[in-house]
Amino acid sequence: MLLNQFLLLSAVLFCLGVYGVLARKNAVLVLMSIELMLNAVNINLVAFGALHDAVAGQVFALFVITIAAAEVGVGLAIVLLIFRNRASIDLDEVDLMKG
Amino acid sequence: MSETATAQNVVFAILALVMIAAGFRLVTTGNVVRAALFLAMVLAGAAGLFILLAAEFLAWAQVLVYIGAVVVLLLFGVMLTRAPIGTEAELDNDQRGLAALVALFLLGALGAVLYDAFRDQTLDITSVQRTAAVSDSIFGTYVVPFEVASVLLLAALVGAVSLARRD
Repeated sequence: MLLNQFLLLSAVLFCLGVYGVLARKNAVLVLMSIELMLNAVNINLVAFGALHDAVAGQVFALFVITIAAAEVGVGLAIVLLIFRNRASIDLDEVDLMKG
Repeated sequence: MSETATAQNVVFAILALVMIAAGFRLVTTGNVVRAALFLAMVLAGAAGLFILLAAEFLAWAQVLVYIGAVVVLLLFGVMLTRAPIGTEAELDNDQRGLAALVALFLLGALGAVLYDAFRDQTLDITSVQRTAAVSDSIFGTYVVPFEVASVLLLAALVGAVSLARRD
């Protein structure tokens, strides 16, 4: 297997995640796209770990998984709070701090 | 090319096609629940890739944490926020063209750089990475980040509860 196979696949997934974050206005869908991007990074880390025959890549990916779990928990709490206050999670309407 | 290498490449091709198709549908579908399903498909594909890269412990951690917990949490979010299940127009904002342009530009730049930098690197995986080696690394070299991560999880737990509870 070429290393590039994994790197290019994760680049494609990362860019799909970028598109999702930029083009979606439903907050839950934006969170899903962020998970997609984090996962693409994990594939990169493990592929580089396999290239250098080091476990550090897997350990870093485990840390990323931990952070992602914490992030989605806090993110959903914030989304629920926005929904409770405004009865909508349309991100285009959340513009209180827009300059 | 040996038989193992051919098999690895075939498995990779199948996983990659499924992941890219599911990822594309994830960011374009008009149904939030289906988007969660496509996310689960991408995450399962990634778990398959981890097994292909001989990272078995990570693959099962991915299945347990991502597919088992994160997707379920996101589905709870969908239910609790009564997300509209309808057309794309209700879920996408009006800068889709610009977003697609940014994503394509990023893909072009990333793809060119990665292809140029690693064009002759090959992965030769013949044996599984032992889980004991991973745990030795976590509890040896990376024990401080590990402890920090556990404090972070506790902080996130307390923060999420205090944010979401009704006063």
